[in-house]
Amino acid sequence: MLLGLRAATVRFDGRAVLDAVDLDVAEHEIVCVLGPSGSGKSTLLRAIAGLQPLDSGRVLLDGRDQAAVPVHRRGVGLMFQDHQLFPQRDVAGNVAFGLRMHGMAKNERAARVGELLDLVGLPGAERRAVASLSGGEQQRVALARALAPRPRLLMLDEPLGQLDRSLRERLVVELRELFGRLGTTVLAVTHDQGEAFALADRVVVMRDGRIAQAGTPLEVWQRPADAFVARFLGFENVVEATVDGEAAITPWGKVPVPGGSPQGTRTLLVRPAGVRLVPPAEGLRCTVAARTFQGTHVTLHLQPRDAPRLEAACPLRTAPEVGAETGVEFDPAETVVLD
Amino acid sequence: MAVPAAFFAVFFAYPVAAIVRRGLEADGVWQVGRIAEVLLRPDVRHVLWFTTWQALASTALTLLVALPGAYVFARLDFPGRQVLRAVVTVPFVLPTVVVGTAFLALVGRGGLLDELWGVRLDTTVWAILLAHVFFNYAVVVRTVGGLWAGLDPRQEEAARMLGASPAAAWRTVTLPALAPAVAAAALMVFLFTFTSFGVVQILGGPTFSTLEVEIYRQTAQIFDLSTAAVLTIIQFLAVGAILAVHAWTVRRRESALRLVDPALTARRPRGAGQWALLVGVLVTVALLLVLPLAVLVQRSLTAPGLGYYRALTDPDGGVFLVAPINAVGTSLSYAAAATAIAVVIGGLAAAALTRLPRSRSGGRVSFAERLVRGFDALLMLPLGISAVTVGFGFLIALDRPPLDLRQSWILVPLAQALVGVPFVVRTMLPVLRAVDGRLREAAAVLGASPWRVWREVDLPMVRRALLVAAGFAFAVSLGEFGATVFIARPDNPTLPVAVARLIGRPGDLNYGQAMALSTILMVVCVVTLLILERLLPRSGADPAGGAPVGRGGEF
Repeated sequence: MLLGLRAATVRFDGRAVLDAVDLDVAEHEIVCVLGPSGSGKSTLLRAIAGLQPLDSGRVLLDGRDQAAVPVHRRGVGLMFQDHQLFPQRDVAGNVAFGLRMHGMAKNERAARVGELLDLVGLPGAERRAVASLSGGEQQRVALARALAPRPRLLMLDEPLGQLDRSLRERLVVELRELFGRLGTTVLAVTHDQGEAFALADRVVVMRDGRIAQAGTPLEVWQRPADAFVARFLGFENVVEATVDGEAAITPWGKVPVPGGSPQGTRTLLVRPAGVRLVPPAEGLRCTVAARTFQGTHVTLHLQPRDAPRLEAACPLRTAPEVGAETGVEFDPAETVVLD
Repeated sequence: MAVPAAFFAVFFAYPVAAIVRRGLEADGVWQVGRIAEVLLRPDVRHVLWFTTWQALASTALTLLVALPGAYVFARLDFPGRQVLRAVVTVPFVLPTVVVGTAFLALVGRGGLLDELWGVRLDTTVWAILLAHVFFNYAVVVRTVGGLWAGLDPRQEEAARMLGASPAAAWRTVTLPALAPAVAAAALMVFLFTFTSFGVVQILGGPTFSTLEVEIYRQTAQIFDLSTAAVLTIIQFLAVGAILAVHAWTVRRRESALRLVDPALTARRPRGAGQWALLVGVLVTVALLLVLPLAVLVQRSLTAPGLGYYRALTDPDGGVFLVAPINAVGTSLSYAAAATAIAVVIGGLAAAALTRLPRSRSGGRVSFAERLVRGFDALLMLPLGISAVTVGFGFLIALDRPPLDLRQSWILVPLAQALVGVPFVVRTMLPVLRAVDGRLREAAAVLGASPWRVWREVDLPMVRRALLVAAGFAFAVSLGEFGATVFIARPDNPTLPVAVARLIGRPGDLNYGQAMALSTILMVVCVVTLLILERLLPRSGADPAGGAPVGRGGEF
């Protein structure tokens, strides 16, 4: 394993910000840590970089304990949330900084800087002032700077956090391609699940300093570990349920579940696609409380009598108006009983 | 941290302790009652009374004259505003001796007013008050005006939209925002005038004497060192109290005011009222600030063929053992040495203060933070502690082993450095604190060792602040009079000491030479200031050094 965390713990004023975290990252792997703000993601990166001392536990790089290794000798890269480009240096000065620190000769440096700027899509930007760069360009320079000394592990703190949506979606694809081509080992943190799923080979969901779930994007998406993860991923139809065979008793009535689901008192998740609209006389009777246009489909907020709201996805053509009455049935294929 | 602490212990705390011993200990017995005893002497009470009321009067007069100036420079846009702002700042960096001689040339015997109308003010308190206003005009304009320029005019507009008249809007919105700055400026002026030495020494004659002048008189003329020591203790306590109040108002001033770019708030004058105000301020600046200096220069030139200047090069002038012009070289080399010491000590102190942890939790003030604040205040102490205290302390503390520096040339630069260090810290600290800690982290992650981080990240950002600090320290050292006059060797005076010595002698030639020497001193100081103004950023264009330096230079 390239990186290993063993029961890593950091406390601020007695409160555990990292609480006995175990994590492994293999070489060439891209791991995304996903979690709401305050869940300890940034502290995790700072602890690995050596910027934040551990209160207990260990950080291993290539199997070696890093406790006694100062920040500048760990050989890991960190791209800061707001980039932290050096304002008094131009683009080349920023990208070459790490190379200078590692004692690379001047002419070699210039060649490497040019190569990196090509790589991040800013050829010829060497002499530009940092202040004149747009947000996306700054992000590219910060990436080039972090990549320059060829760190064995590259860490990204909210790499695309400050950019607007369309740029973010384009850059995430570029990053994924770039890291794949270079074989870089990456540990990124983000609060945006779309970003994490698009970028990562493996996703780690954090909550209150602990790891709530780890797995491939598909695994996490299909089987959230608990109600917290499900809600954090954007699912609203999460309720307590009593599972008996292939049906669950819920506030919404009887909901069919896939065969082989865990039995007893559980948390039940119904994906919006699993909420099917039927004529009002059939199924659970609901009123349409709100509808939001999502581009490819419409999200409906349905209010049953005496039960929590339901979120349903349906095509624009067939979507009922606000205030209309409708019936609801559930699709077992889109229903998950959480462990 | 250790170096600046040791410096202050040896060159400040130890001399002050020596003063206390000298004043309160006799034959190994402590006599705290001596304070009351000295306080009750009629001559001392007279001095205390005069010191206090002239400081109050000077402060009131300065506010009255300078507040309209603060408004005009903050809110009105007119051609030459930048240049005039610099001009207004000149008096503050001028040595007190220059200010004294300039006013002597204006209102003294044979001065301009005397020639024109037969008016002489040098025997009245008005000369002192006017000189104090001259000196402190910039303090008010910069402190209050600096804040005023940054206040968002839309706040007042919001009040107007809610039905307030212009006067009511000003009273309810702008005035409360300005009040802490006005209070801080007033306290600063009070402090400077309370401890006024050079100006009163030259313009006060035998009649008027502040605490500082009295300490000097007791030491140098009456040789009553223990009375001088007791007076110094009294002064020390008074200044401590003033500084405590000042620190409190400054902390209140930090309360969250949303400031905007000053360039956006200034408007062309509109209406008769604003034009009248502008003209009034310009006339005040011309009469009060420019005229005295012009007269000083003119007086120095009255002898045919630059006679007074040529007399300065004459080694047989009779007043000193060397030609008076040698004082220029002496002053410059002393000031250079003092600047080097002040920058090293002040820079180290500022760096140490920056690295101390600041509390993370919001409400509670941690011990470390309290320590930092305490040290902040401690560093400011010599600023108000009065140069005379420093000079007197050096005189009685550093004259015997293990620290016998009486014969050493380094004594004067040391004293001047002590006075200059607070300026260095004040300039450096905000800039160092403004360096984003994560930039240092970014450099460390890229492989920079701690020392490398300092060189690559901190140094480029503070380089300019360092130059500014050095400039301040240089100007302060050059004009330093109160401490130097105690310890400068008679055969090798500095410029201010030489000027004061010449002015104290009868005869036109001495008078003219004093004017000439004073003019030279003024020119050197003004050149230093102009270089500083070039270094100081004009606007917030520089994210690293911009605003903090500007604020640090204002009080």
